[in-house]
Amino acid sequence: MSTLDGLRTGQRARVLEVSGEDAIAVRLMEMGLIEGEEVELLVFAPLGDPLEIDVRGYRLSLRKSEAQRVLIEPLVDQ
Amino acid sequence: MSTTASQNQRTAVVALVGNPNTGKSTLFNSLCGLQSRVGNFPGVTVEKKIGQMSWQGRRFDLVDLPGTYSLSPRTLDEMVSVDVLLGRKLEIGHPDAVLCIVDASNLERNLYLVSQILDMGVPAVVVLNMHDVSEARGITIDEDALAERLGVPVIKTQAHRRHGIDAVRQAVAEAVDSSRKPPVSRIFPEPFYAECEKLEQQLAGGGVGEVPEFLKHRLILDPCGCVEAEYAARCKNNLPEYLSQCRQRLAEAGCRVPAVEAQRRYAWAREVLDGVATRPGQRAVTFSDKLDRLLTHKIAGLLLFCVMMFVVFQAIYTWAGPFMDAIEMGQEWVSSLVSAGLSPGPLRSLVNDGVIAGVGGVIIFLPQIVFLFLFIAILEDCGYMARAAFLMDRLMTKVGLSGKSFVPLMSSFACAIPGVMATRVIENRRDRMVTILVAPLMSCSARLPVYLLLIAAFIPPISYAGGWITLPGIVLFAMSSLGALVAIPIAWTLKKTLFRGETPPFIMELPSYKWPSPRIVFHRVYDRAKAFIVRAGTLIFATTIVVWAAGYFPGDHSRQHQIEAQIEQLEAEQGDESEIAALQEERDQLSAQLIASSVLGRLGHAVEPAVKPLGWDWKIGVGAIASFPAREVIIATLGTIYSLGGDVDEEDQRLHASLKEASWPDGRPVYSIPVALSIMVFFALCAQCGATLMVIRREANSWWWAIFTFVYMTALAYVAAMATYQAGRLF
Repeated sequence: MSTLDGLRTGQRARVLEVSGEDAIAVRLMEMGLIEGEEVELLVFAPLGDPLEIDVRGYRLSLRKSEAQRVLIEPLVDQ
Repeated sequence: MSTTASQNQRTAVVALVGNPNTGKSTLFNSLCGLQSRVGNFPGVTVEKKIGQMSWQGRRFDLVDLPGTYSLSPRTLDEMVSVDVLLGRKLEIGHPDAVLCIVDASNLERNLYLVSQILDMGVPAVVVLNMHDVSEARGITIDEDALAERLGVPVIKTQAHRRHGIDAVRQAVAEAVDSSRKPPVSRIFPEPFYAECEKLEQQLAGGGVGEVPEFLKHRLILDPCGCVEAEYAARCKNNLPEYLSQCRQRLAEAGCRVPAVEAQRRYAWAREVLDGVATRPGQRAVTFSDKLDRLLTHKIAGLLLFCVMMFVVFQAIYTWAGPFMDAIEMGQEWVSSLVSAGLSPGPLRSLVNDGVIAGVGGVIIFLPQIVFLFLFIAILEDCGYMARAAFLMDRLMTKVGLSGKSFVPLMSSFACAIPGVMATRVIENRRDRMVTILVAPLMSCSARLPVYLLLIAAFIPPISYAGGWITLPGIVLFAMSSLGALVAIPIAWTLKKTLFRGETPPFIMELPSYKWPSPRIVFHRVYDRAKAFIVRAGTLIFATTIVVWAAGYFPGDHSRQHQIEAQIEQLEAEQGDESEIAALQEERDQLSAQLIASSVLGRLGHAVEPAVKPLGWDWKIGVGAIASFPAREVIIATLGTIYSLGGDVDEEDQRLHASLKEASWPDGRPVYSIPVALSIMVFFALCAQCGATLMVIRREANSWWWAIFTFVYMTALAYVAAMATYQAGRLF
């Protein structure tokens, strides 16, 4: 299954689930990464990690290791 | 419960909460001005900031709580906000109202926190801040409809322009008076509330009395949370076991913990905003987006980051210089006034060498603190600080820290005091503590004079590559880098031992860029400068007096004071210069004898066996001891010991000569290249800065960490200096 860290710059996706029940999973959900939500990968940091996404109209940064917890379904651009 | 009569007896308490980057501090400052009491909550690193707000002749205590995205406490630091809001902090009392600030341009996520606050059952007022930004983005919000749906007043503001501030005050006063609780909104599925009731019985069975409704929610919703830990200790009938069964039952009923909370609260936020706030279908590419593309660009982004850090560094390193010189001149001027008014004697020595030198030794750091916080405040307020952490995170995770540690550590190269104070941006306690503990290892500007003195006296000016590289330059570079290199294994070790735990997440909002507000920048700089002067000032001052007394007593200073009076008289009369010079020499000789026989000198002799493996004689020992409050003091101390007077500097040729001529009783020279290197290594790694230790105590909110820093750095410095000397002798 695809995860958020596998997206390309500028690619959009829909969140399916955040895996786990620990503090990191809760924080990801609290920040708005909920099932059904659309996100866009904006940029990777110059050293390759972390990455920046657009979610619910704001900008969120997270590390690749954290983005791996977010299961997504990439959206195909029309 | 809270009748008008009881409110007249005490000042109403209002708690201020909100997400980070919503303009919360700006609102706090607009409501309270500069009058705020700052302290720490006991046992945690959370700052307790209480301001006074007046409205129509009444006073309110406004408690500023740390910015947070949610109230699901997982650490004791996070628990503080919940405790304050529920009235569980006795020193603050039960809040009469809560003021919740939300970012109008980012309403959906901000409503998450609002929904938790409404569940707490405290009268609430919602402040819709930065509505100008949201309007510019084409977002329209009907605040009356929003207020109706939330069941609490909603006030529109632009805190940075001070628009709507009086309306906030008015709404707070009304909320306090009416003490009307927000309507109970049961946003979770029914099985959840059924479980809450059963939990109440379970708690009562375990001997726990009444538990606030909100904490019952937290017990069920936060596996391994702070509330669970607290009640598990108090409840006699195996609460964790019961809670995990309870969560199991809920999962079977279709509401899986912890996911259910985020799902339900965000669904609620959508419902509340439906028809109340409208967003343009396609998010327009704003100026902020374009700027972000540049500033996070692979090459341009890193380049601009380096430029920005260079400017910050220059500011604290170079631009603060003239101000520091001015403070020093002011100090000398005051000293000369004292000298003119007081005849030479113990009192004058106490005032000049103790009091004025002590106060000056603290104020001298002020320009660096002001400059650093000026830049940090600007970068923070315009939204760049979060990007700096974003850019540097990869690098800093290599030593177990996060991107947020970069700026504090880099600032510490100029001065550890503002560096340690700058760690407040790191919200994870373990990351913050490790950053604080290694910050004093960075080579600060006060170490430079020590390096320069010893390098100029002992390192031969050999040059390589046609004069481009010199040996003194290499040594200076090595000494300046030593602390940072040593900090890497230290930080790593601390993360593996005392601050062990999961890597904290880097899930962080990157706020939109905006122009920094001069008022906010001023407030930040003012707060930090004041905190430093008040807290660090008192103790440093006391330490300096102790060291002064140790160098002055015991001893008969009457002849010394007599000579000083004679010199001053001759100077005033413009008398014979050779006579003055002779007297000065006698005075300096005498001073050297007096310091040798003083408590400090005896201490130096006493530690000689301990410092001998480092290649030092007792005079260097005295210098090192005297410089524990402030490392640059060693130069003046060495000047006094070598009979040159205390007013020498690192470029003084006589001091260079004295050091080169100094010899052991058997005639061997004291100083050699290994000894010079050993002293420099010691100064590079030792915690010889009382002000830094005081700031660590304040920021870590415990003496223990200040003592820990002192002990580990001194031990490290001793071992490293010994290793340097012993290795150096082999060549």
